[in-house]
Amino acid sequence: MTDATSQNSVAGNERRTSSLYTLDARTRRRNAAETRFKIYGMTAVGIGLVFLVILLVTIVRNGIPAFTQTSFDMPVVLEAEALDPNGNRDPADISKVSTFGYNPLIEQALERLVAEHGIETEMSGADLRKMVSSGAAAQIRNTVLANPDLIGETVTFRVLASSRVDGYMKGRVTRDDLARDKNLDAEHLNIVDVLSEEGGLERAFNWAFITGSDASESRPEQAGIGVSMLGSLFMMLVVLLLALPIGVAASIYLEEFAPKNRWTDLIEVNISNLAAVPSIVFGILGLAVFIQLVGLPQSAPLVGGLVLTLMTLPTIIISTRASLKAVPPSIRDAALGVGASKTQAVFHHVLPLAMPGILTGTIIGLAQALGETAPLLLIGMVGFIASNYPDGITAGFLSPNSAMPAQIYEWAKRADPAYYERAWGGIIVLLLFLMTMNIIAILLRRRFERRW
Amino acid sequence: MSFAKLTASTLAIAAVSATAAAARDNVQVAGSSTVLPYASIVAEAFGENFDFPTPVVESGGSSAGLKRFCEGVGENTIDIANASRAIREKEIEACAANGVTDIIEVRIGYDGIVFASQINGPEFTAFEPADWFNALAAELPVDGEIVANPNMTWADANADLPAVEIAAFIPGTKHGTREVFEEKVLLQGCEDTGAMEAFIASGMSEDDAEGACMAVRTDGKSVDIDGDYTETLARIDTNPNGLGVFGLAFYENNTDKLKVATMGGVEPSTETIASGEYPVSRPLFFYIKKAHIGVIPGLKEYAEFFVSNDIAGPSGPLANYGLVSDPELADTQATVAEEKTMGGAM
Repeated sequence: MTDATSQNSVAGNERRTSSLYTLDARTRRRNAAETRFKIYGMTAVGIGLVFLVILLVTIVRNGIPAFTQTSFDMPVVLEAEALDPNGNRDPADISKVSTFGYNPLIEQALERLVAEHGIETEMSGADLRKMVSSGAAAQIRNTVLANPDLIGETVTFRVLASSRVDGYMKGRVTRDDLARDKNLDAEHLNIVDVLSEEGGLERAFNWAFITGSDASESRPEQAGIGVSMLGSLFMMLVVLLLALPIGVAASIYLEEFAPKNRWTDLIEVNISNLAAVPSIVFGILGLAVFIQLVGLPQSAPLVGGLVLTLMTLPTIIISTRASLKAVPPSIRDAALGVGASKTQAVFHHVLPLAMPGILTGTIIGLAQALGETAPLLLIGMVGFIASNYPDGITAGFLSPNSAMPAQIYEWAKRADPAYYERAWGGIIVLLLFLMTMNIIAILLRRRFERRW
Repeated sequence: MSFAKLTASTLAIAAVSATAAAARDNVQVAGSSTVLPYASIVAEAFGENFDFPTPVVESGGSSAGLKRFCEGVGENTIDIANASRAIREKEIEACAANGVTDIIEVRIGYDGIVFASQINGPEFTAFEPADWFNALAAELPVDGEIVANPNMTWADANADLPAVEIAAFIPGTKHGTREVFEEKVLLQGCEDTGAMEAFIASGMSEDDAEGACMAVRTDGKSVDIDGDYTETLARIDTNPNGLGVFGLAFYENNTDKLKVATMGGVEPSTETIASGEYPVSRPLFFYIKKAHIGVIPGLKEYAEFFVSNDIAGPSGPLANYGLVSDPELADTQATVAEEKTMGGAM
């Protein structure tokens, strides 16, 4: 060997003009090609990262304002003549005064508030009311109805500022923008400036955005994503309860029991194809089958859940089969060897070992379904104002509701720019959910995954 | 509060009761996306002021809403259809075929259609229907011959307009707004320019001539927007020469981005639309299934509340949002109170 090597090297010496340490032209070219390839790779990754950063920065920058809301303290005199004309504090009489009956009280309260702060203005009370959310009247009315003894007293309410005032506090609305805006004048902003300087008017964290219900177009300051979050929750329950058992049963059968023949091959190919079918196809299927044929209610989370189940099944089946395959045959052989039946071997030994993989696949499938909008467009979960909390679990499945991505789409369509901000805020909430689900999937995998 | 309670209760999913088909206790509304904002404002106020649950309002378009409305009578059908146009004869027949015979028509007010461009864009400040017809028609009579629209810039259509390329974003054919645009702007412009007569002179029947008047060019100068006004706004944001067709309410919420043009010399506003001076407006309606009154709790109360002076009057929340209040609101209120159905006799 040594001889042969030395002979070779002697023979090579005639060809080689330099040592290994000085690179010849060919090596240099090969090295350059490698460096170039590395640069391409890094550029590709870099471009991806830049876009990700741009995306996240845009989402956060546009969406963060939705999580704060401007409100201010307003002492309101609850005049007995206006609220309880008969003076007998009868709840039936008091509830006859509609929210419109409370508007004059708000107007007077605003006039007093402005006067107290020494602001001179020629605006009437009705003009001043543009600063306050139109939901304020309902807020005061509900307080009075719950507590009729308050009538005749002066109570300080913390009311939401209107969306334009809120936009001004967030820097979205400028004085120039208001020049032709009939919803607010620059004069209002002078008052807002004084109120925020002297305290009383401030931006605070907006819990109502997370737990609240959708609101009409005239009061975006009150809208929240809570109800559609429940809609999504009920849909995910349907998906989980249907897709997990069906998907796991189908894949166990296909993987462990089914004979390998043309039919099972066909089924296998079709399952892989189904995973690639655009989700809108499942939406139109849901519309045709679940709503028009079976007669299930439109806009119901149950139908949404069924459609998303169809969409998620292939994902779950494929990942379940992959994790069943990953369990080494020696486990099955050992179980069969000590006399277990095939069913016992699968359910006592193979399935528990495959479980982490199955759960990971399921969670990722669910996360995909949570963010899905296209099939929901067709079954009426878009274009719907989710303003009612479902009362009870049955209603949660059957009464019309929206879903988080559908709600975001709905907000993005609305006229008031304040809703645009809320759409971005909704995206942040949705992304947080998706991130949580993916993190859980990763943790499960880390914790329970076994390698053989 | 109620949210937390519900989340907790959903965890106890085992307690699902099987009583699925409980009696419906909320009013269900579907239809026009133009009426949707108004209907949702009313529904919200209705929920606040009455002991009935907040009505469920869905959109989907006037035609889709009326189709669902006509599916039949019963708890699993909707009670009210919103529409940005009057119900058609065909739809009344379809309704009757399914047993929906007594329909109450309620006109809630008027909606203005405005023509707006980017706030920093060219000086589009005044239009006549004729300008839009000249700019957007598929075919025009030129020197007695019918030719494909040769106008490339707005100045070609009317020398007083800026000489920028025509780029109009108009509602797609599925929108009720399109119908109004065709009838009140294109057809009007067609008659004003004398093109209508030229079409008839060229041997078309009157119906064909009207069709030719309302045909929009398809060479890319005019773009149909099938989505919402937000989409039109996005197009105008990126195209300084773009002109869009919007609802008055939408424009009034976006005055910082859009500038509006007059039509026929009249500036669009709730006042000019109410007085009838501004030419491009249309009535908005909703239709009630009379058979459901008394069956679905709160249906009549909702309808009465909708047309009450507090809500639909000139200083109510609907007018604040951009609805032009109906001068004959009192008649409408009487219609609802007496449950007067269409056709009168029934």
